[in-house]
Amino acid sequence: MFFDSDLFLSALRALTPILLAALGGALCERAGVFNIGLEGMMLMGCFTAVATSWFTGSPWLGVLAAALAAAAYSLILAVGAVTLKGDAVVLGVAMNLLAVGLTSFLLRTVFGVQGTFDDPDLVGLPEIAGFSPLTWLSWAAVGVAAVLLSRHAWGLRLRGVGEAPDAAATLGVSPVKYKYGAVLASGVLCGLAGAQLALGNVTLFSENMTAGRGWIAVVAVMLGRALPLGVLLAALLFGLAEAAGFRLQGLGLPQQATDAAPYVVTLIALFLTTAKRRRKTGAVA
Amino acid sequence: MATTPTATASPAARVLRSPVFFSVVAAVAIGALFLIGTGADPLAAYGAVLTGSLGSDGIGSTLTTGTSVLGMALALAIPLRAGLINLGGDGQLVLGGIAAAAVGLYSPLPAPLTTALAVLAGMAAGALYAALAALCDIKFGVPLLVSSLLLSYPAASLASYLVRYPLKEPGSSLPQTPRLPEGVELPAFGTSTVTLGLVLVALAAVAYYLVDARTAVGYEMRMTGLNSRFTAYAGVRRGPQTLRLMAVSGALAGLVGSVGVLSFPFRFLDGSLTAPGYTWTGLTAALLAAAAPLGTVLASFFFAVLQVGGLSMERTTEVPRELTQVLQAIVIVFLAARLRITWRRRKGDVKA
Repeated sequence: MFFDSDLFLSALRALTPILLAALGGALCERAGVFNIGLEGMMLMGCFTAVATSWFTGSPWLGVLAAALAAAAYSLILAVGAVTLKGDAVVLGVAMNLLAVGLTSFLLRTVFGVQGTFDDPDLVGLPEIAGFSPLTWLSWAAVGVAAVLLSRHAWGLRLRGVGEAPDAAATLGVSPVKYKYGAVLASGVLCGLAGAQLALGNVTLFSENMTAGRGWIAVVAVMLGRALPLGVLLAALLFGLAEAAGFRLQGLGLPQQATDAAPYVVTLIALFLTTAKRRRKTGAVA
Repeated sequence: MATTPTATASPAARVLRSPVFFSVVAAVAIGALFLIGTGADPLAAYGAVLTGSLGSDGIGSTLTTGTSVLGMALALAIPLRAGLINLGGDGQLVLGGIAAAAVGLYSPLPAPLTTALAVLAGMAAGALYAALAALCDIKFGVPLLVSSLLLSYPAASLASYLVRYPLKEPGSSLPQTPRLPEGVELPAFGTSTVTLGLVLVALAAVAYYLVDARTAVGYEMRMTGLNSRFTAYAGVRRGPQTLRLMAVSGALAGLVGSVGVLSFPFRFLDGSLTAPGYTWTGLTAALLAAAAPLGTVLASFFFAVLQVGGLSMERTTEVPRELTQVLQAIVIVFLAARLRITWRRRKGDVKA
């Protein structure tokens, strides 16, 4: 069997970091902040998680520190794009570059190694019923975000701030406060994504280890139209393509073809969904 | 605001009050804090950056790095001038390199003609691939930012496949093509590593300057960047313009790829074109200069100095060279936070 439960399980493992980051991106999108700094925030989370787990011996403290560090890092976007009204795209690109430089710099000054820090004494996250606790958390987060955005006053105000900031302001809802909230929440989620990547999927830190996952999360937000369930499906599609790729590799397809598969599948999915939306609305996007 | 200097301000005052100057100074100051934090002497470290990159030992290396950085900066500045961001530079660069390597290895023509053909093949490969990203935007409504980025990964995989199987050097343990035949290379200046590639990239910069300043196409490009609704109203067709600008952008990225293959190490080695991060450095330079031609050249030189100088800083002060990458990003963080203030005023809320 090609599509068996093993394939599905490995897809679920691969998808956790992307899902967490994409949920953060979706919250920002809903609040009207285009966040392409997910990759950098996640990388900061990876490094903080590994460093904290190494020095304290506790992966849980690592997870907590990663969430806090990435949230602090996300303030660059909040201050730059919301308060100073800077360009969010440029800020995001700069944050991603800064994270690569900063974590590589710290890797060398703190650990004295170049490339990869990998030590048998580094403690990773335990598994609960076959999955990392952060995987369970990510599924819970999908539900919470879905309910929050569609039912709770906070979520409705957040959407209002994103769609009509002036109208929200006249109703006494501070757009700045909600936008900051969304960006900080995305920071926390990306920090958790990074912790999952560096203490769950593997137990090490290597330079630029996020390797484009933050960008995939940006695409998942777009593909899932910033809906929590949509984002879950989009991330699942990517995870399945990746897992299927590994499987095909076993059947003799070159590794490079399977490396490329998730990106091609995502691009095709984008084609299909935008084409469908166009037919429905009759608009030329 | 400091970002909209009046016509009466003296040039010196304008420089001091420009956001670019502020960002660079702020980044250098923060870098000094980092250096003090690691126990290094900031003056010695920055001194090592300058002597290492501009001294007689380093200038050749700075110009070689500068060739690639400037080429990629131009590639990304040209669409940026019209408000488009091409995030697929790596893919276009790598395809340019592998196309140049394939032509260089298999063309039956004499060496000089093969070299020229290889450069053209590299440019064509990059241009076609970038045009594909533009088509995704125009025809299928996938935003250019995303389409160019997503296409970049499969391109790198394709090149990686080609260099591991059909084009692999027999018997080598590295994923690399054989060395190009004798004479299939860009002529170097004297014994240095600086090649004709620098001249080609410099010519591209001059061409960009002239087109930007003197032609209708350049005017349309700048106006689209400032206010795309206005130019659409005035009859500039967005689709064909995007396609053209992306093709030129990809061609330049492909040029950088072919220059990288047709000079040392005279072969395509998997990952060697993208590892130094020319695409991102180039994008940073283009952003710093707001895609203005002269500014892009200056910013590229500045970043090449940082990149090469970082190595000698590491040798003399034991401060990791990654610090220069941090500085580069900090410049753009500061700039991005201040830049939009002017853009917004001029553009209204086009992006929203």
